[in-house]
Amino acid sequence: MNQTATHTLDARGLNCPLPILRTKKALSELGSGEILAITSTDPGSLKDMQAFCKQTGNELVESRSDQGEFVFVVRKA
Amino acid sequence: MSANTQLKSIQSPPSTLLREHGADLDAWFDARYEAKRREEIANHTPSLAIIATKGTMDWAYPPFILASTASALGWDVSVFFTFYGLELLKKDLHLEVSPLGNPSMPMKMPFGPQWFKEINWNMPNAVMAGVPGFEKMATALMKQTVKNNGVASIKELRDLCVEADVKLVACQMTVELFGHRHEDFIPEIKDWIGAASFLPVAQQSDVCLFI
Repeated sequence: MNQTATHTLDARGLNCPLPILRTKKALSELGSGEILAITSTDPGSLKDMQAFCKQTGNELVESRSDQGEFVFVVRKA
Repeated sequence: MSANTQLKSIQSPPSTLLREHGADLDAWFDARYEAKRREEIANHTPSLAIIATKGTMDWAYPPFILASTASALGWDVSVFFTFYGLELLKKDLHLEVSPLGNPSMPMKMPFGPQWFKEINWNMPNAVMAGVPGFEKMATALMKQTVKNNGVASIKELRDLCVEADVKLVACQMTVELFGHRHEDFIPEIKDWIGAASFLPVAQQSDVCLFI
């Protein structure tokens, strides 16, 4: 399946719980199977994004940190 | 009949069928029960009930952060605002934070070079109590710190809660007690109720927090 994100969300500079709330909002505008790439700088979002995806059933395709930034790739359920 | 005798009568099979197939029936029941339980868990929407009783800026964060996050997780959320918590529902928010009698609150400056920002300005209570406008200053500094760190304002978090259909309910008794007027509050308040109306909501919730 194509892993390329079709949508992006810039959550840099935002702190808990805003990256999660913005992610939820962005995902609500996507269709099932579409992919969203999120960038954040909140270190707490690393664990929170995992928990969010687990709870909401969306798939966390990728989660990596890159020079103080965190990149998450989520496929909407 | 004692609990033990009752248990024995359940365990002893009353018919030949049970005597001969008891183990199979037990296994069938266990598997069926497990499947039903999983189905129930999968279909269950978790719920959160919060009782918000504090009206200062620092205490305003936990209910709104938890409520908005829970709704992002797909939970049903209700927040009951009572006593000073009602301040959090005013159209015009004038929430302040007081370092007086609040020894855990760091007193740091949100501007200047890093070494300056790291100084904790410990002040005796007598000084904080004696300086006019001390709380106003502390509140302004806290708001700046919040802004610098990309933390949402209370207004922003409350708007997100409203948008996410968090059920905001307010205590009618407090309105009478403190002489508030309904028109001073945001119109998104779902209901004006009392303890007897919120307790059943709290009882049915998976998570209930008093803040």
